[in-house]
Parts: sequence; C-alpha cells; structure tokens
Amino acid sequence: MKLRFTPIMALFGFAFLYGPIVSLVIFSFNESRLVTVWGGWSTKWYGELFANEQIIDAALLSLKIAAISASMATVLGTMMAMVLVRFKRVRGKGLMGGMVTGPLVMPDVIIGLSLLLLFVAMQALFGWPAGRGFTTILIAHITFGMAFVTVVVQSRLSDMDDSIEESALDLGASPTRVFFDITLPMITPALISGWLLAFTLSLDDLVISSFVSGPGATTLPMVIFSKVRLGVSPDINALASLIVLVVSVGIIISALLMRKKP
Amino acid sequence: MSWRQPGRRFVIAVPNIWLILFFMVPFLVVLKISLAEPRIAIPPYSPLWEWINGEIKFNINFENYAYMWEDTLYINAYLSSIKIAAISTLLTLLIGYPMAYYIARAPEPKRSILLLLVVLPFWTSFLLRVYAWIGILKTKGILNAVLLWAGIIDEPLVIMQTDVAVYIGIVYTYLPFLVLPLYANLVKLDDTLLEASYDLGASRISSFFRITLPLSMPGIIAGSMLVFIPVIGEYVIPALLGGPDTLMIGSVLWDEYFKNRDWPVASAVAMVMLVIMLIPIMILRRAQSKGAEI
Repeated sequence: MKLRFTPIMALFGFAFLYGPIVSLVIFSFNESRLVTVWGGWSTKWYGELFANEQIIDAALLSLKIAAISASMATVLGTMMAMVLVRFKRVRGKGLMGGMVTGPLVMPDVIIGLSLLLLFVAMQALFGWPAGRGFTTILIAHITFGMAFVTVVVQSRLSDMDDSIEESALDLGASPTRVFFDITLPMITPALISGWLLAFTLSLDDLVISSFVSGPGATTLPMVIFSKVRLGVSPDINALASLIVLVVSVGIIISALLMRKKP
Repeated sequence: MSWRQPGRRFVIAVPNIWLILFFMVPFLVVLKISLAEPRIAIPPYSPLWEWINGEIKFNINFENYAYMWEDTLYINAYLSSIKIAAISTLLTLLIGYPMAYYIARAPEPKRSILLLLVVLPFWTSFLLRVYAWIGILKTKGILNAVLLWAGIIDEPLVIMQTDVAVYIGIVYTYLPFLVLPLYANLVKLDDTLLEASYDLGASRISSFFRITLPLSMPGIIAGSMLVFIPVIGEYVIPALLGGPDTLMIGSVLWDEYFKNRDWPVASAVAMVMLVIMLIPIMILRRAQSKGAEI
C-alpha cells in the first residue's frame, strides 16, 4: 500500500509554484486591462511594451550590468573556490569560507545600506567612486554574485578527483598550466551554471540596486517596481511572459545539452 | 596541489581583498554611522572623531539606539518580523517537506525532471512572480472570481494588503530554498532502514516519524534557516502584497533611509537586525556541517 498523501501534496506544491506564472502569461494576451474581465485575445500589450522607451532603456542597462557583473563574479568566485578547495596550507581558510557565504544569507536591505554608506565614505575620503550609478551597482552585484559562484564551483571542485592535477604537477607542469589545461575544462559546466546564477540574480535585484544607484541609472526591476506598486499593469504581464519564454527555452536547451554527455 | 609564489599569493589575495573591502568594511561603516548624530548636511551625519588643536576628540553617542528602544515602532517591527518569518517558515516546511520527500522517492529520470521543475521558477524574475499574486489575490482578482463562480463564497475575500497575502508571497518565493537542501538530505536516506522497520511490523506512519523524520533533521534545519534568515529582512514582498498594518523591519529600514533620510537611525536598525540574525546563522552553519557528515 502506498501513501496517497504525498503525491497529492506534491501536486499541490507544483500547482502553487506554477499557477501564478501561468496566470501572468494568459493575462498578457488579454485585451482588457482588468484581470477578471476577458476582453478577447490580443497582443497589444506586447506592442505597448516595446514602445515604452523607459522600459527598453532600463532593460538594456540591466542586461549590461548583469553580463559584466556575472563575468567578474565568475572570475573572482572561481579564484576563491580554488583557494578554499585546492590550496594547501592557507591560513584563515575557515574565516574565508565564512566570509564568502555571508552575502548568501544577509538580507538585501543590509547589504544595500552598508555598501551605500561605504561608497559615500570612500567618495569623501578618496573622491572615488564619484557619484553613484553604473559602477556602484556593478560593484554591488559582483560582490553577491561571487558568493554564489564560489559555492557552485566549490562543490564541483570537491566532488572532483584531484589525482590528474597532482600527476600533471609531478610531471613538471606549472600550476598555471595545470589550471588552464586540466582544471578549467573539467569545471566548465560549474562555471556556466555559476555565471547564469550570478546573471539572473543581478538582473533580478531591486533592493541593493535601489540603495547604491544614483539619478542616472535606473535598472529594469526599479522601473517594474515603481509601475507595479500602483497595481496590475498589463504591459508588465507581457514582459513577464517574455522572460518566462526565454528562461524556459534556455533551460530546455541546457537540459538537452546535459543529456548528450555521458 | 602546491602552488608556488607569487601566483599563489595573487590568487588568494584578489578575491579576499574584494570581499573584505566590499562586504566586511561596510559593516564597520554602518557601525560607525549608527553611533553618529543625524545632521542636515552632506553627508547627513556627524563625524565620529575630530582633530581639534592637535587633539583627537571622540563624538560617540548611543542616542539612536536609545531612540529605538523608546519608540515602540522598532521593537514591534522586530518582533513582528520574527513572527512572520517563523510562521512562514513553518508553512513552507509543511508544503515543502512532502514535495522534497516525493521527489527523493521518485525513480531516476522522473526525479531530475521534478527537481528541474522546482528550480525553474527561481530563474524567472522574483519581482514579477510576487507581482503575479496581486492579480490573483486582489478583491476583483482571479481567486475571488473562481470562488464566487463556484459558489464557495458569497462575498469576495479580502486577502490583498493583509498579512495573509504576505505569508502566501513568502512561502511561494522561498519554497525552492527549502525543498532543495531537504531533498539533498532525503535522497541519501538508506532504504534498508525503512525495510527493516516494516519487517519488524512498524506501520508506514510510525516508521516515518521514528526514522525518516529524525534522520532528515539536518535538512529540515538547514532549509528552514535558509527561509527564516532572509525573510526577517524582506522588503519587496510586504511592500507589494502587505497593507498598512504589515510591520516588517526591512520596510522600516527602507523608510528610514529613503523617506526620513535618517542615516544614523537606519544604520542602528541594521546593526540590531544583524545581532538578531547571528543565532539563526549559527544554527544554519551547524546544520550544514552536520549534513555534510551524513
């Protein structure tokens, strides 16, 4: 006899996860502005979305920040993971490990406020960063992105057998050569997932960006938030549906690529 | 691997200097400003020390902390945040545990697909997923329309802008954070223990409570803390789904900074929040190191 309770609860859980997303997609095609009134199928909200220059500009800025910060976070996070897993005789490893996981649990309001106050103090002391905007958002996103990349790469490195690297070193290869010829190809999948994670989190961040941003730099979540606070807005439904489409296609492609590998 | 100087030093130094500068030092700045006096100036707080005629003069004041102690708003906001975080963690656990259990017991190809389904929403915008609930929960929203149509209720339910909406939003957003560590724990459970228990005549329910549940404790604790800790400082969910009565410390901090422009009080609020979070963070650390041993 099988417990029938668990599958029903699991089904409920999945319905709970996907119901809101499905509702967004359906209502993005609703002619009517009201949620409960079905005014017939329409793609007019998509037209309105692409005609909204404020949203397009903010989206481009967010994509730029996300791409640069995710790449920097991947480099720094990989270095940190190498130090934590592969380096021997490093003093203070426990402290480093604790420090790097800090941004994972710290509430956004605290990270945002503390970084902003740092930037203001730095500007008063050294004159850099002059004002707040693109650069300060970038620094903030690199910092929390690198924490996530470190965790992803760290778990891949500790699952991996280091005997190949050891033998290459014994045969006289330089550590740099070993890293680029052996370690790097083996951890590439982890680097890609780490990069994607940092990219997504950067694209999604509202609170930290709001604190460290200046007048010139408005990211996509900041525009969405100011629109959405006033209630439901159908062009935002259209935007959400496009994001769901891109993410689903991306996930399906990566799942197919993963399946090909042994 | 023996990495030699100076490349080794470079690889150790760069990420650590970055984190110290942009993660650790900011907390010292927050601590410093929480001890300053607010001023109408740029920056809007008094310096902590000044050089007057070659002598250093310290200007430390605990006014901001005293102010927080006297004004009940802050204490109530901390208590209310802890309450909301605790209740929503419990609700997340009630929904998340059966999901993690079901996935962990599923056969292999199905298991990967189910795991993917849990993670997938996480990749779409968090802000937009919270926003989706406005359309569902508001008075003229989807939920009320369905319930009225089905004849279950006669009057529309008022859920939007109440704490109930905040709970729904939190459980929804943080569910994957709980399911994943719990799944990682449950999937390692040794089947022979359960079989032995059945053979000895224990029922499924009593085997669950005496074997599965105690063994999954590290997963439960790690998953719960991953929900509880960030929810204490949550801002977006109460801002979008909560009402004027929803009191959370993240919103208080946000308003102190963005509306009142009182940087010293905002800093003091952040320092106290950090102290409150130290205990759950330590519990999380212990659960994670225990989980690694199994």
